[in-house]
Amino acid sequence: MSDAAKRSFDILLVLVALFAGWQALYHVAGETALTSPAQTLAYVGELLTTKGDMFARHAWETGRAFLMALGLSYAIGLAIGVALGAHRLSGAVAEPILVALYSLPKVTLYPVILLVFGLGLSAKVAFGAIHGVVPVAVFAMNAIRNIKPAYLKTAKTMRLGPFQVVSTVIFPAALPEIVTGLRVGFSLTLLGVIIGEMFASKQGLGFMVINAINLADVETMMAVAFLLFVAAAIANGILLWIDHWLHKRV
Amino acid sequence: MSRIGWIRLAVLAALVALLETLVRTGIIPYKTMLPPSEMLTALVRLLAAGTATRDIVQTLTCVGAALVSSVVAGFGLGVAIHRFPRVRRALEPFFATYYAVPFFIFYPVLIAIFDLSLLPIILMGFAFAVIAMCIATINGLDRVPRVLGKVARMHRMREFETALRMKLPAAAPHLFTGLKLCVAYSFIGVIASEFILAPSGLGHAIAYAYNDFDNRTMYALMLFVMIVVVTLNMLLHGWEQRLLKRWHGR
Repeated sequence: MSDAAKRSFDILLVLVALFAGWQALYHVAGETALTSPAQTLAYVGELLTTKGDMFARHAWETGRAFLMALGLSYAIGLAIGVALGAHRLSGAVAEPILVALYSLPKVTLYPVILLVFGLGLSAKVAFGAIHGVVPVAVFAMNAIRNIKPAYLKTAKTMRLGPFQVVSTVIFPAALPEIVTGLRVGFSLTLLGVIIGEMFASKQGLGFMVINAINLADVETMMAVAFLLFVAAAIANGILLWIDHWLHKRV
Repeated sequence: MSRIGWIRLAVLAALVALLETLVRTGIIPYKTMLPPSEMLTALVRLLAAGTATRDIVQTLTCVGAALVSSVVAGFGLGVAIHRFPRVRRALEPFFATYYAVPFFIFYPVLIAIFDLSLLPIILMGFAFAVIAMCIATINGLDRVPRVLGKVARMHRMREFETALRMKLPAAAPHLFTGLKLCVAYSFIGVIASEFILAPSGLGHAIAYAYNDFDNRTMYALMLFVMIVVVTLNMLLHGWEQRLLKRWHGR
């Protein structure tokens, strides 16, 4: 077997083991706690077909909030990161503060968001965005700070204008690291939106899950969780691939 | 303290003062935000009255249990996986996906299995933190220079001694990164779980105060969580600097 084939086989083996573990857990914990893999997949099929309308409505709600939150966390995060990266002293002053913000359990702040934005879409969006902003900013800041001085000197020797310096030197040099930040920000923003929906919302996939648990509707809970899991994993896989590709190119 | 440290302190003080004036002058409505000075007095009163003591003790116990178990298990797992490159290559895609999926969504499953006790909360904190420690351990062991193994052999060190006096200090920076992430993630995992669904604990108390329109208690408890997390991080940072100085002479 070739190396790549062997690796794919091993990865498949891990996946099989995960499903086997799930099945075993189902036998131990019983029907009231969770559904088996086969039952979950069957119900996922049902959610996507016969119950498609209801599911699409909630998925759309989550998707819409997520896209808005993502746009906000990317825009604000990049603006902060680029500004702090360009100005060395501000960067040095702000970095530990950003790291402290990153390690705070932001759920504790959710009530503040709710008080400011009220129940509804804007609160979810804001909550998702505060999760994503910090990693995007930190990675962008470091990306710009760590550009080799020789690049900038070369640009000076070639008498590039400020616009050209940014578009042909700074941007390509910082891009791989920035994309890593965008990838991390993507996951955290999704986490923020879902947690927001679980706590205070009447719509969206997070609400579907928490509502299902309150109704002891194990099937819905497992199926929605499974779908979210798969969607997040696929999105992350694509972003990871872009990330690796960019890092290899430089 | 360095110049940058003073500037940072001044910036933070200015931000707090700004918030204080904004609330006092009514630009931010009183029902949305308390002035920071009142948050502090509310916290002092709350701690003196002892009404929150039980929740605080419970949350800190859960975080402690999650932290210790995740650091020990993550380190052990990391060392074990590092020994078997084939297993490691098979697990890599799963590690890369782990923090990208919103697995808070499975918290309800844990409740269904273990009931509404402390165990699901600790398990969420553990699950959230353990992989970070595992990845950090693997990264740290990767960075141990080969030459250290040779030096150890020249000095006829036993395996245990090599691990303790050569590999551990060499891997230490990454292990500390893992430890700090574990602290942050244990707090996030525990408090977020309590927030979503729990009979008691700080997260629950904050959510309860929010539902009760009891802003004073809510902001006092939020302030408490922030102070604890930031203090813990600063202590860890100081300990890290001291140990690294001793081991690496820097």
